Amino acid sequence: MSVYLDHAATTPIYPEAAAAMSAQLHNVGNPSSLHASGRAARRVVEESRETIARALGARPGEIVFTSGGTEANNLAIKGCYWHRRREDGRRTRIIASQVEHHAVLDQLHWLANEQQAEVNLVPVDSLGQIDLAALQAAIEADPDSVALISVMWANNEVGTVQPIADVVALAEPHGIPVHTDAVQAVGQLPVDFAKAGVDALTLTGHKVGGPFGVGALAVRRELAITPLIHGGGQERDIRSGTIDAPAIAGFATAVELAVSRQQQLATRLTALRRRLVEGVLSVVPDAICTGAIDTNPELRLPGNAHLRFPNCEGDSLLMLLDAKGIECSTGSACDAGVAQASHVLLAMGCSDEEARTSLRFSMGHTTTEADVDALVAAIGPAVDRARAAVRVMRGR
Amino acid sequence: MRVIAAMSGGVDSAVAAARAKDAGHEVTGIHLALSRNPQSYRTGARGCCTIEDSNDARRAADVIGIPFYVWDMSDRFAEDVVADFIDEYAAGRTPNPCLRCNEKIKFAAVLDRALALGFDGVVTGHYAQLKTGPDGLIEMHRGIDHGKDQSYVLGVLTQAQLAHSLFPLGDTTKAEIRREAERRGLAVADKPDSHDICFISDGDTGGWLGEKLQDVNREGSIVDEDGAVLGSHEGSWRFTIGQRKGLRIGTPAADGKPRYVLDIEPVAGTVTVGPRASLQVDGLDCIKPLWCGSVPEELQGTVQLRAHGEEHRALVHVTDTGVSIDLLDPAIGIAPGQAAVFYDGTRVVGSATIASTRRGATASAHTDSSESESAR
Repeated sequence: MSVYLDHAATTPIYPEAAAAMSAQLHNVGNPSSLHASGRAARRVVEESRETIARALGARPGEIVFTSGGTEANNLAIKGCYWHRRREDGRRTRIIASQVEHHAVLDQLHWLANEQQAEVNLVPVDSLGQIDLAALQAAIEADPDSVALISVMWANNEVGTVQPIADVVALAEPHGIPVHTDAVQAVGQLPVDFAKAGVDALTLTGHKVGGPFGVGALAVRRELAITPLIHGGGQERDIRSGTIDAPAIAGFATAVELAVSRQQQLATRLTALRRRLVEGVLSVVPDAICTGAIDTNPELRLPGNAHLRFPNCEGDSLLMLLDAKGIECSTGSACDAGVAQASHVLLAMGCSDEEARTSLRFSMGHTTTEADVDALVAAIGPAVDRARAAVRVMRGR
Repeated sequence: MRVIAAMSGGVDSAVAAARAKDAGHEVTGIHLALSRNPQSYRTGARGCCTIEDSNDARRAADVIGIPFYVWDMSDRFAEDVVADFIDEYAAGRTPNPCLRCNEKIKFAAVLDRALALGFDGVVTGHYAQLKTGPDGLIEMHRGIDHGKDQSYVLGVLTQAQLAHSLFPLGDTTKAEIRREAERRGLAVADKPDSHDICFISDGDTGGWLGEKLQDVNREGSIVDEDGAVLGSHEGSWRFTIGQRKGLRIGTPAADGKPRYVLDIEPVAGTVTVGPRASLQVDGLDCIKPLWCGSVPEELQGTVQLRAHGEEHRALVHVTDTGVSIDLLDPAIGIAPGQAAVFYDGTRVVGSATIASTRRGATASAHTDSSESESAR
């Protein structure tokens, strides 16, 4: 049995969500069909929409189902940029933070290269929080030219929570829409779409104990979006494709459970994280916690612990821990498995070399004290070996 | 033993990993990412640095049932192999990057890292055999498939490296390995062999070097053995010692016979051409000898001068500066920078880098030549 400390990558599915999904898999019926089976499937979808809306403080009509977080982010950003720019040709700018997920950053690069967008990436501080003064300056340089602002609710690598309310407050006077990628936040932090004041919010099933391949964009009715995927017009005419009723049923069950248990989970994870960090530091005293952990634990996802192990390669540690059945992440993006130094850590001021020393342990609804203790028992020897490997390589 | 299997994504390394697992070793598959900018899904990829190759290796590891990771060795590879390759050409020598990679990467950086991380050795899909000799030392012998034997590119390995190496394919032919891969359900069973230089994706070594060396001797003269200028060229790296075609010399030779590239002098960019008889090499002076086991004073055996090249009967003497070789069977078109690998029967004794060649009774100062088929 493995010790799974990679909930930020994907969470174990709630049994209730799997049951809801598999129950619906046995039912025939396209939610867009007009007959009884179609209506039954449509009912599942609409009840799921209502469930998710209720859990997130949104109206049902504001929930647009997608294939997951990446599609929801693309729909929000490209869809909004295209529409707003068509309305007013001056709106060529998109503002985001430097630490966004690749599902945001890569499309921004694409929009800059292919669609004449001007992308402003606002720096972050050493904890990973967006520099609000810099954001304000970027907006006020020419508010009329800003098509939208996208700032993640909480960072997937280091867990830092962004001041979304402050971002909204800066954008609102200029009527600039704000999108937030809340994929990591839902279920770990209180997330209320209406209270947050954002115009669009991304969430996904498999990060909240639901199935893969389904997610949603919560988007205010007032925000017009140009569709990415054309076809039958199923989701509010902005997202086409046969509606996946089984996945949506599982997704809604998971969101409901995750949100209802959020506070309890956060309390438990905060204690587990303290145990993890203290335990690891007791064995590896020179390990360094990244981000907001000592200063202000509220600024961090409760399940996230991100540590750097000086004179170690994160890749080596990951492999050695994996061999002991302990699963975690280096938190960095991979192409062909070749780790690039994390853009998040670089933005926070780490050197390329420091960035490569990191491991992310992310906990969730199935994590136990025994999991944490297993990591603490294994990390010391792993660090010793990984350091020996670095010494050998440097000595060459 | 706990071993890593270096898995390129090809059939040989996949079967090697599977055989090591069958032999009872605890095997972890490692794909070495050697390119800084891996090519994605390039059709007909023949190198070992593409994303497709990485995926093939991963799928093979799944089928074999071993853990799999990618190790990023691109910085070391760029420094120790690619930069060295360019520098050697710029200096008018002909390096063999595969030997260099084995010497500096696979059986050095990778092996050392593996040992430090708690592994006991490395498994590769090279066609070579390891045996324990009468003196207790580990001997490396040619693979039994003479067409695939790779002991030449392993000739740089020392006893310490051999002691941590496993070559499970040396007793098998390539055809059998492909059949075995098929039997094992490995999708790479019929994947074409890689044979070009892995970091030159289109196989155009001359063009690739032309880009890297564009500031070095762009143009130069083509001269005959007496120094008479016969023509000009756009970069001496485009020539191979022994090359006959594509010289584009207007005037025919006096005797009407074909002319071959005899020598390449990279600083002035002078390419010397002449008759085939002048290509013959009877002796080699080599530097940087590496010995697989104990150092012989003198060896009467054979020498191989290129990957998959022929064997030459030879007398090998160890000198103060390296190794001096008398070739009993003359060789044609040998360039400094190439590796000479010494054999006693099928056993690899050692290797050294050719610094200069000798023709006939008198040594010709032939130290700055370039290019040969070994790297092309």
